[in-house]
Amino acid sequence: MTTITDRRVSVWQDKIRSNVKVAGSGPPLVFLHGAGGLRWDPFLDLLTTRHTVYAPEHPGLTEGEEDAVSHLDNLWDLVLYYYELFDVLGLKSVPVIGHSFGGMMAAELAASNPERVSKLVLMCPIGLWRDDAPIPNWMLITPASDMVKYLVYDPAGPLAQQMFGTPDPEMQIRLIWSMACTGKFVWPIPDKGLKKRIHRIQAPTMVLWGKQDKLVPAVYAQEFAGRIAGATVELIDQAGHVFATEQPERVAALVEDFLR
Amino acid sequence: MYISTFHLMPHRELPDDFEKRYPPVWVTPPFHELADARRVGQYYNWTLDELIYAAKAGSDGICTNEHHQNAYGFMPNPNVMGSVLARATQDLNCAIVQMGASLPGTQPPVRIAEEYAMLDSISGGRLVAGMPLGTPMDINICYGVTPIEQRERFREAHDLILKAWTSKDVFAWNGKYFQLPMVNIWPRPIQHPHPPIWIPGSGSTSTFDYTASHDYCYCFLSYFGYKSVSRPVRDKYWEVCQQNGRDLNPYRMGFLQLVGVSETDAQAEKDYAKHVEYFYHKGLHVPLEWFGVPGHQDYKSLSNAMRNPAAAQNISSLKDKRYKDFLDDGYVMCGSPATVRDQLRELCRTMRVGNLMVLLHIGSMPHELTLKNIDLFFKEVAPALRPMWEDEWENRWWPAGLRRETLQGAAA
Repeated sequence: MTTITDRRVSVWQDKIRSNVKVAGSGPPLVFLHGAGGLRWDPFLDLLTTRHTVYAPEHPGLTEGEEDAVSHLDNLWDLVLYYYELFDVLGLKSVPVIGHSFGGMMAAELAASNPERVSKLVLMCPIGLWRDDAPIPNWMLITPASDMVKYLVYDPAGPLAQQMFGTPDPEMQIRLIWSMACTGKFVWPIPDKGLKKRIHRIQAPTMVLWGKQDKLVPAVYAQEFAGRIAGATVELIDQAGHVFATEQPERVAALVEDFLR
Repeated sequence: MYISTFHLMPHRELPDDFEKRYPPVWVTPPFHELADARRVGQYYNWTLDELIYAAKAGSDGICTNEHHQNAYGFMPNPNVMGSVLARATQDLNCAIVQMGASLPGTQPPVRIAEEYAMLDSISGGRLVAGMPLGTPMDINICYGVTPIEQRERFREAHDLILKAWTSKDVFAWNGKYFQLPMVNIWPRPIQHPHPPIWIPGSGSTSTFDYTASHDYCYCFLSYFGYKSVSRPVRDKYWEVCQQNGRDLNPYRMGFLQLVGVSETDAQAEKDYAKHVEYFYHKGLHVPLEWFGVPGHQDYKSLSNAMRNPAAAQNISSLKDKRYKDFLDDGYVMCGSPATVRDQLRELCRTMRVGNLMVLLHIGSMPHELTLKNIDLFFKEVAPALRPMWEDEWENRWWPAGLRRETLQGAAA
């Protein structure tokens, strides 16, 4: 069983106190979660065997600090906020893995200041847009119970049941607030100009995608990789938007290989 | 008591199986399949005629509001309607209650300051300035405003509008959402320092607090009557008023009620049952989730709402209910003048409402039936309600020139 430490860090003129989950040993890596919030799962557990994993909670998602997000007006603020967070954590240049919304942020961080990101793993990131493959707005999916169909390859399987089976009000509040706080930076269309900046990425990059991703279709894998020099693509078969939760061993092995 | 007639300007002729066959009534209904532009022109004209008719019948005010991309009520700019109404009621002591232009969706918001000032000018100082936050469907989905910024945007827009109305000097506005180098709007409102401000809402605690702290009138736009969700709303609202050091003046509270008056209770059922069901089954055919788009509510309101699911249950159970249920649950008040009168009096006493708004055109109601409803309501129901609160409190949220004491003074 991995020991996970909660570390409160204060940044942005001490206006934002966010929780960072830290676990494992070895060289550091940063994991940036998606719009649904940070969920510590077996995939992250597997990464802790060789790395010290730093998984910050997006501003506003730390319990008791719900207003924190109001101190960041836009994407530019959020990017600078992360550099400050890295400073406080003593991470000068670090591998960054980002999933979905976190993937977009990882790409932005690597593009804005290439010196801060040593290697980049983009797990089905948002941030680019094709009119022929529009990304459904996940904050508007109705009924809410349909969300699972967009995220999981087998919406009737045990994983889907475990993730979405018995929603309680507290969990729903956290999920909605998580989408609200991340949505602040991408509403209403998740294209905030990354296409103009993405060419600046210098970090060796691996793009991972669930082949049957119904939220952000896998055509975007090439869309990202084609714009980043030397980027490689791995498609995970029989997996959806949460492919790392669906196939933790496979995905963790790919990531470890890439980081070696 | 001051009574205003509200109108939504809905599509009146949706197909019988609309809610089974079509996507939600809001945002995505296909116009070309469901409507005809000329026929829609007729709806707008009926709406205007009905409101003018109500003004002539003695309505203290007439209300329009703003919604987008829907068949439930589609006046994308209520000020276009308000302008016609202001002109057509020139000789009447009727307030033009704009409920109104949505602040977070109007860019730049001085546009609202200007349009409201125009309406106040045209009407000779009869404007009530409603300042809605707007629904998530309108503001977040149709107009693309970031949900978590909607309230802050509203607050900044409000401050800018107030300053634009009242500042003697040209000023620069350096806001978070709006920056304007030289603000100096023309015209300015007739009412001094500015028209009365009403804040419509659907029960969110943040809006109570905002309204009470600014000393405005809160208008609860409930389609669920006062029996179910409204009592907790009442208690909470008046509690917040007191926390803000405000008195219990009932004119601090507006309330919208669906009303249908006929000769008898039995006749009312014949007249209104199908239109009431049309309104709730088709007009509110909206997915529950869209009322709570992530970020539309701040964290506190979200937590309250999720832990007290009464309002959500009201919405999700609508399609199972029939006319009798809507009547029994107090969502609508339909019946003989005596029935409606008693129920409205009870509503206003229970909720402590001084500014009552009545929706006298409901869903698919045809024009003639609407006129009948207006007639009966203002002849047989309204006179009995007007004296409520009259001796004890002054309606400080009504255009000064239209308050009864002013009118009586002028007559004497």
